[in-house]
Amino acid sequence: MERRVFMKEGALALVTLGLSPRFLRRTAFGMELAHARQGKKTLICLFQRGAADALNIVVPHGEQAYYAMRPSIGIPQQTVLDLDGFFGFHPSLGSFKNLYDRKLLAAVHAVGSPSTTRSHFDAQDYMETGTPDDKNTPDGWLNRYLAAKGTCEECKVTPFRAVSLTPQTPRILEGPAPTVAMNSLAEFSIRATGNDVERLEALYRTGSADLVHGTGAEMFDAVKMLKAANPQSYQPANNAVYPRSQFGQRLQQIAQLIKMDLGVEIAFADVGGWDTHVNQGAATGQLANRLDDFAKSIEALVNDLGDRMGDVTILTMSEFGRMAKENGNGGTDHGHAGALFVIGGDVKGGKVYGKWPGLQQEQLYEGRDLALTTDFRSVFAEVAGRHLGATALGNIFPGYSGSKGDWLGVLSA
Amino acid sequence: MRAHVLAAACMCLLVGCAKAQLTPTPDSGRELTADQQVYQALTRLSFGPRPGDVAKVRAMGVDRWIESQLAPDRIDDRAANDFVAAHFPVAAESPAQLEGEFPAPGKASADTALRKQEAMKRRQITVGLQSAKVARAVMSERQLQEVMVDFWENHFNIFAGKGGPEQYLLPDYDRSTIRPYALGRFRDLLGAVAHSPAMLFYLDNWESVADSGQPTLGPTRRPFRAQRKARGLNENYGRELLELHTLGVDGGYTQNDVIEVARALTGWSIAGPRQPNPGTFVFRPEVHDAGAKHVLGHVIPSGGGEQDGETVLDIVARHPSTARFIARKLCIRFVNDSPPPALVDRAAATFTQSDGDIREVVRTIITSPEFFSRGAYRSKVKTPFEVVTSALRALGAEADSTPRTAQVVARLGEPLYGHQAPNGYAETGESWMNTGAILARINFGLAVAADRVPGASLDRWPLAAQLASATREAQVDGVVTALLDGDASPDTHRILLTGSNPMLTEAPSQTGLAKIVGLALGAPEFQRR
Repeated sequence: MERRVFMKEGALALVTLGLSPRFLRRTAFGMELAHARQGKKTLICLFQRGAADALNIVVPHGEQAYYAMRPSIGIPQQTVLDLDGFFGFHPSLGSFKNLYDRKLLAAVHAVGSPSTTRSHFDAQDYMETGTPDDKNTPDGWLNRYLAAKGTCEECKVTPFRAVSLTPQTPRILEGPAPTVAMNSLAEFSIRATGNDVERLEALYRTGSADLVHGTGAEMFDAVKMLKAANPQSYQPANNAVYPRSQFGQRLQQIAQLIKMDLGVEIAFADVGGWDTHVNQGAATGQLANRLDDFAKSIEALVNDLGDRMGDVTILTMSEFGRMAKENGNGGTDHGHAGALFVIGGDVKGGKVYGKWPGLQQEQLYEGRDLALTTDFRSVFAEVAGRHLGATALGNIFPGYSGSKGDWLGVLSA
Repeated sequence: MRAHVLAAACMCLLVGCAKAQLTPTPDSGRELTADQQVYQALTRLSFGPRPGDVAKVRAMGVDRWIESQLAPDRIDDRAANDFVAAHFPVAAESPAQLEGEFPAPGKASADTALRKQEAMKRRQITVGLQSAKVARAVMSERQLQEVMVDFWENHFNIFAGKGGPEQYLLPDYDRSTIRPYALGRFRDLLGAVAHSPAMLFYLDNWESVADSGQPTLGPTRRPFRAQRKARGLNENYGRELLELHTLGVDGGYTQNDVIEVARALTGWSIAGPRQPNPGTFVFRPEVHDAGAKHVLGHVIPSGGGEQDGETVLDIVARHPSTARFIARKLCIRFVNDSPPPALVDRAAATFTQSDGDIREVVRTIITSPEFFSRGAYRSKVKTPFEVVTSALRALGAEADSTPRTAQVVARLGEPLYGHQAPNGYAETGESWMNTGAILARINFGLAVAADRVPGASLDRWPLAAQLASATREAQVDGVVTALLDGDASPDTHRILLTGSNPMLTEAPSQTGLAKIVGLALGAPEFQRR
């Protein structure tokens, strides 16, 4: 079928040189549908790579055992930003405390992967593929969500449906559904001078309607859509101030993309520096600095998006938590369960979710780590199901036996 | 199939077949013209023609050139070997040597800055190996051998970036496990992979031990005692051996076969630091499951020890599903993304009749009428590795003595030895075509034309001197012949010639030629071979 179309249009293209009807129709259609996506849901996933120390992030300051196991790095009770008399945020999380008080932010504790692995690589792989202990899953769970939702017209013509602000496609987005990875918006452009850009475009607008030409034409549409939105002149709204860090700047670009109404359904970014084996500090220090950047960047994103947060959910994740007991270097070694945050208008915020397993010796996992009470897939599935309206959860998390009954109710139904 | 034939016919219509010679070689059953056959052979058996290659193969005869490539041992390849040895010595080093030179695997200094430095240093091993692979693809005379090494390293994929010992083991894996058998016997290749520390580590078989209820061939020593209790059998390698390496996912095995294969392979491990030949293959009788196994309808009696694993490899290497799976994958690499079933059947038959002689299977494929058919011609989408190496070869570039070209390949989406999951990179086109990828490809072409890619310089390109003062028509013809295998659509021709704006005229000059090269490398035609 397609080949016949190509014969007709190939002949047309010969005459019109680059302005084939296919091109005009496609672009007009693309713009229209992309704008029609306004009001649809967006999910932003943020990965803290390196295993963030959950016990010093959402601090169980009501547990004596916590202070006993962390004599030099424990967060003193008087500096903790108390949430509910038992848990409190690290003092660098003032930004999160604001969001928590506005009921936009929920924390989930003792959450993570049921896998016993303490390898960063394997655990990240499992969290991104959504299949703990199965290294052979070819695609990431976000891509399976995109693919399962399928071939709706809008997905085809919106090249920015799934965007990763990373140099390469992350594992979580690998798979059959098209995604775009970029270091920055500025980099998503053709580095040609003069009229060479138009010539290159004409090369893809003419000729056959095959995979290569089609993808190329889509790419030129995408570059134009981005250029038309003029990302260079961006001013964050509501006095939001993003940190100058790479993470902060990437979140700003995610906000830009969302506000351009380019049809972003999934956005992804990651941030390293959480593998705090040595001198991680307590109320101040290494981890405090990372948390400050992390929370300020996210708060800026939330404020910048303003009312749009009604349609946006931010989901953070880290591959596992760290040992309950501090090590001999003022740091913490690889542990088991951790904590994550869910932020957005759909979130029933202002609460720490999850069953708390306790930190008494016999309550620890393998006698050393925070035990797991919530499978990360239960939270991810709830976000996919309630926020994005995903129905094929069995395909997104194959092999996961949990059901809706296991959901924590972090999002409003 | 029908779509392909139709597409080819259309292409012929538009390109204007008057220019090409329409007479196929008599009696060969080959649809392609003599010149198309030359391009077909060069773009499939090599990483693309260099200046002079087309003339050379034409003079030699396509069939004779194919025969010569099938016998790489008879081709002098000193230049490539010397280049790699001089610039990327890590590729020739043993794991022990590498451990002496680089921070030991698993060693993590307390200091964060120091740890970062160690990781950076360690990465140099993989960077060197990647660069060696690019250099060989660009300059080796044994091109089919290099294509096959790429095929098998992808088939038996190992990920370098996990931060474990894999990166120390990969140079040896490339040198001693894959290269010697790339055109050899499949069973030998499979055996070499199964014994390689790189694969034993990557797919965890080194720590797969008999479940605690099972008898073993000796008392369990300390390091493994806790593990036997905790975990026991690890099915990871057993599963991939069947699913990815031999029978294929639809090859007719069950979960029980996976378990039985994994049981047979318990004890296939890596010698520890205090054992003889540390870091090499060792069989550990004390953790080997000594019971009988049932694999794909065969019974392996109890007490076979190390031989159990060999028996399993014999069974799977000679299984009819394996013949078909490997034959089909090779047809996809060499012919097109949906290869004709009749050709797959013949290649599989060759596999079985020759007891898995890879050279004979490849010969069946690359001398077949299907290989020289219009449905196969220019039907393959280049991988990023092929985009970069074919551009450098077409421009007569020198291999890069820095890691930059390998980094370009990575940026285009195919970091070598950088695929995480054991399935390796896709052999088919759709996976390589997305908006970000095509943008990166176009920008790569522009970078080459602007002299920003090491080794590739128009100053060094013999054709540039010839075309410098030629007419624009001659320049375009020269570039289309050299970079696009002589196959550009009339639209592409016109755009290269005049620009999309017909009013545009440019005086032919060196910058003009560079522009044409940049456009040609960014053209849809360059994305195919």
